[in-house]
Amino acid sequence: MRGYLRSDGRKGIRNTVVIGYLVECAHHVAREVAIPFRDQDVHVIGFPGCYPNSYAETMMERLCTHPNVGAVLLVSLGCESFNKYKLAHIVRQSGRPVHTIVIQAAGGTRKSIAEGQAFIAEQKALLELVDTVPMDASELIIGTVCGGSDGTSGITGNPAAGRAFDMLVEAGAACIFEETGELIGCEHIMAERAITPELGVELEASVAKAAKYYATLGYGSFAAGNAEGGLSTIEEKSMGAYAKSGASPICGLIKPGDIPPRGGLYLLDVVPDGEVRFGFPNINDNAEIAELIACGSHVVLFVTGRGSVVGSAISPVVKICANPETFRRMEDDMDVNAGRILDGGATLDEVGEEIRDIVLGLAAGGRTKSEELMHQEFVLTYKSFTPIGPSCLPSA
Amino acid sequence: MAHIVVHDAGYDPRLLLLDARDNVLVAKARLLAGETLEISGRRVAVSVDIPLGHKLARHDIAAGTKVLKYGAPIGSATAAIAAGEHAHTHNIKSDYTPTYSLSGEDERYREAN
Repeated sequence: MRGYLRSDGRKGIRNTVVIGYLVECAHHVAREVAIPFRDQDVHVIGFPGCYPNSYAETMMERLCTHPNVGAVLLVSLGCESFNKYKLAHIVRQSGRPVHTIVIQAAGGTRKSIAEGQAFIAEQKALLELVDTVPMDASELIIGTVCGGSDGTSGITGNPAAGRAFDMLVEAGAACIFEETGELIGCEHIMAERAITPELGVELEASVAKAAKYYATLGYGSFAAGNAEGGLSTIEEKSMGAYAKSGASPICGLIKPGDIPPRGGLYLLDVVPDGEVRFGFPNINDNAEIAELIACGSHVVLFVTGRGSVVGSAISPVVKICANPETFRRMEDDMDVNAGRILDGGATLDEVGEEIRDIVLGLAAGGRTKSEELMHQEFVLTYKSFTPIGPSCLPSA
Repeated sequence: MAHIVVHDAGYDPRLLLLDARDNVLVAKARLLAGETLEISGRRVAVSVDIPLGHKLARHDIAAGTKVLKYGAPIGSATAAIAAGEHAHTHNIKSDYTPTYSLSGEDERYREAN
């Protein structure tokens, strides 16, 4: 394994150039700048809102200084509320080249695109000269998410991802599982795995918060396709989703943008604090993936039963297909066929090892199907959080 | 939580018992209406098509009792479910938040397409 050494000591497994738009009005220019480089690890991220939001600012800061990112171009319309000066300052302090285009000052769309493309071409040439350094599995952060779940997800794909997590935690990596709204019904058994009773209380509270939040909204974290795939209730979906966490002790509870301080298994609390304010906690799977990446994830494991095709900006997404019928239909999009566990073609441990090997291989030249297909989905919306309490990271 | 795939001799090999405490089984392959299955030593006729990943009752489940999968409650039966019967949203409800699925009206549009 080899990585790109950053000034904060973290290492990246990619050397991506990120283009960040700071309001929807700058999105088109950002996208146009990226088009000639779309197969060269140049990814577009951004925040569409014009009103300020500290969660979104934190997310953009963590994403622009993610270890997989080598250089940053910011695209501002000019009048939005996002603090572009602060973001550029933080990126510069991290040792990364950063350039901000203000469309109103640059003279409009055409001139902004030309200025942006010149910067990207210059940075691509410089990034190609950067040497990699040896990297160890213990320096990795891995996230996991499930989407398009069905009745097979909790039997094959999720427990196999859990086995991979156990092996990666054993190797010293930090592993993050999430969606507290999809742990409803599992809170008590999960709390028993916390390394301290106080952390166990925090884990249960995070799920109670999610249950209350979703009850107010009138929907669980459950889509029509989940039911079509055989899942009858949120508790059933939760039991399957919970299997992604594996069997390691849970050593911390973090919130979006918090970076795990050391190896071990962490729960990411994705549900906002306080009264329900901006709508659904995460409007789709990519919002969850963006949060896992903002917590430093180098790689995200994505388990699907119905068949999702998404990838992400910044970090590779490994797609683990739980359903053998879906795999046969959508093989081009899937990195792992976990559905063969159902017909006895492999054991959970074998598929877990396969997932671990793919993860380690991504830091040694390997690429995922979604990377090859140039999937670079990204979404970021309004949320609000209070910082984690002192019991959430007990060994700190 | 075990998540061990149990191949119980008393069941059709296309059915999966995930935990000894469970009162539902999972279909490992699509089952067709009219087929007969061996469940808990009894022969049972399948009344509707049951897709891969869906559940059927392992034994008779009384209305109001907890439905157990992975050895854990996943909701309550809203009607009596006979052994071998499809166990899903029409006879199981969440004990937390209601399950969203496309309604009859939405389904009519699907048929029109």
